[in-house]
Amino acid sequence: MRAPEASFRRRLFARKVTAMGFAVLCLLGTSVGIVALALLLIDVTQEGIGRVGWDFINSFPSRRPEDAGIKAALWGTIWMISITAAFAIPIGVGAAIYLEEYAPRNWMTRVIQTNISNLAGVPSIVYGMLGLTLFVRAMELDRSVLAGSLTLALLVLPIVIVASQEALRAVPNSIREAAYAVGASRWQVVSRQVVPVALPGILTGIILALSRAIGETAPLIMIGALLFVPFTPSGPLDRFTVLPIQIFNWSSRPQPEFQENAAAGIIVLMVVLLSMNAVAIFLRNRFQSGPQV
Amino acid sequence: MSSTSRIRRDRPLEARLRRGRETAVHGILFLCAFISVFTTVAIIATLLQETVGFFQEVSIIDFLTGTAWFPGAGQFGILPLLSGTLLVAAGAAIIALPVGLATAIFLSEYAPAWLRGVVKPVLEILAGIPTVVLGFFALTFLSREIVQTLFPDAKLFNAASASIAVGIMIIPMVSSLSADAMSAVPRSLREGAFALGATKFEVARRVVVPAALSGIVASFILAISRAIGETMIVTLAAGATPNLTWDPLESVQTMTAYIVQVSLGDTAQGSLEFKTIFAVGMSLFLLTLAMNVASQFLLQRFREVYE
Repeated sequence: MRAPEASFRRRLFARKVTAMGFAVLCLLGTSVGIVALALLLIDVTQEGIGRVGWDFINSFPSRRPEDAGIKAALWGTIWMISITAAFAIPIGVGAAIYLEEYAPRNWMTRVIQTNISNLAGVPSIVYGMLGLTLFVRAMELDRSVLAGSLTLALLVLPIVIVASQEALRAVPNSIREAAYAVGASRWQVVSRQVVPVALPGILTGIILALSRAIGETAPLIMIGALLFVPFTPSGPLDRFTVLPIQIFNWSSRPQPEFQENAAAGIIVLMVVLLSMNAVAIFLRNRFQSGPQV
Repeated sequence: MSSTSRIRRDRPLEARLRRGRETAVHGILFLCAFISVFTTVAIIATLLQETVGFFQEVSIIDFLTGTAWFPGAGQFGILPLLSGTLLVAAGAAIIALPVGLATAIFLSEYAPAWLRGVVKPVLEILAGIPTVVLGFFALTFLSREIVQTLFPDAKLFNAASASIAVGIMIIPMVSSLSADAMSAVPRSLREGAFALGATKFEVARRVVVPAALSGIVASFILAISRAIGETMIVTLAAGATPNLTWDPLESVQTMTAYIVQVSLGDTAQGSLEFKTIFAVGMSLFLLTLAMNVASQFLLQRFREVYE
């Protein structure tokens, strides 16, 4: 074998080994995230599964860890998420419809669009400071469910808007043109043709936004959601707590029994979130091929 | 023309109603979109108002250069909080950037469609884990079982375990944004390189990653900005000691954790100590805003467009 050929073969071998090594490295990298998720779920389940039961779900918090439960937090979360949805969904979808279907291409539209991407990156605790000043103090809503929900509605608005915009953008123009051609007005085109086609995408975005809101803790601590609440809210102006705050409260106590309660609370929270995630993934896969025209 | 004018004559009321409704809908939808601008203005106004009040009592130079943060004793140097924040964010970046990039390359270059269909939803679940849950994980598992086992002299509340948890949190962000950037690289570029005899590694390193570089770097910046703004993990796991240190085994306090600590305590609203959280919040807002703007600029200015 001649020398150049031998060196070529050697280099080819080295390149193939490098390529193989790199593939293994990428596979390992990918597994890091998955292993971390698995460890987390196993750790939480091991610590908390023994506490999960009807008594835990249906009891108020208590100074004695074995009697404590998440009734107040669970109802607070349900209240909070309903009000958040009532504000964030119409405003978010409306904003997306405006930006995709109505907005002229001018500086104002660009300002709004840039602004939305920037808002998506604002730390959630800053929203909490906004909520404290604007809703709790200036609008005198006090530390109520309503104040918390409005804060979270502002927080998740960019998520709803961006996801809805993407869904609307994916609707083929031929649908709009056909509707205009038979004399529909712009609102008729949007409300009867475009939005129904984009609905699965919009719904996916809404679910993701709401699951983000359910898991948020910091902004609600800022606006002063209570750490110890032995009652369920009976109206939007009542004081409240939510599951993540209850989990935070228990996690930050040194006693292992309270840590166990925290883990049990996390299990309940994760079951809610994973079911929402599953619905979102199902919706997306079901309609992923997009509108067939 | 005669037919349209007859329609107008026949149904003037309906036509006018229709036009009125169109205008009203347009106005309402514009208001919805404008709420986002209002939100930004409100955030800046809120932070500015109290921050100005704070800087009337504390010199801005002391605030930016002071090395001690004891608001109770009148020492308002943000450097310990800033170093705590940057220490945790740097640790998270060391973990998440390579792992996220490797994941993105795996997803876009190696994984068959079925495997992508499994890995992507799993990463989305990871992205959806509430940060308070990751904080619990950092405290009860990462700190006790891993960091303290490897380094017995580590504190229970330490920057390292918070860093790992924040890193785990931002992996999905890096991987999904980078993978998107890589999928936008046209197939023909890869095929050209393969035709010249390049291996998959060479194609990834010399073709795909350079072509997607602006998107990858943008995802890095966004992820670090997320890490800087992250609150619950560091509140639960990093401790509450404003500590000017680069030792990850020490207990530190980040800017976000300080804000939480004050709002949980019984500091009187309107007092100087309460105003500190707005000054710290303003610093946090400006820091993350600068990074977000930089990442968008990168995406728009340097995006390679293939059509």
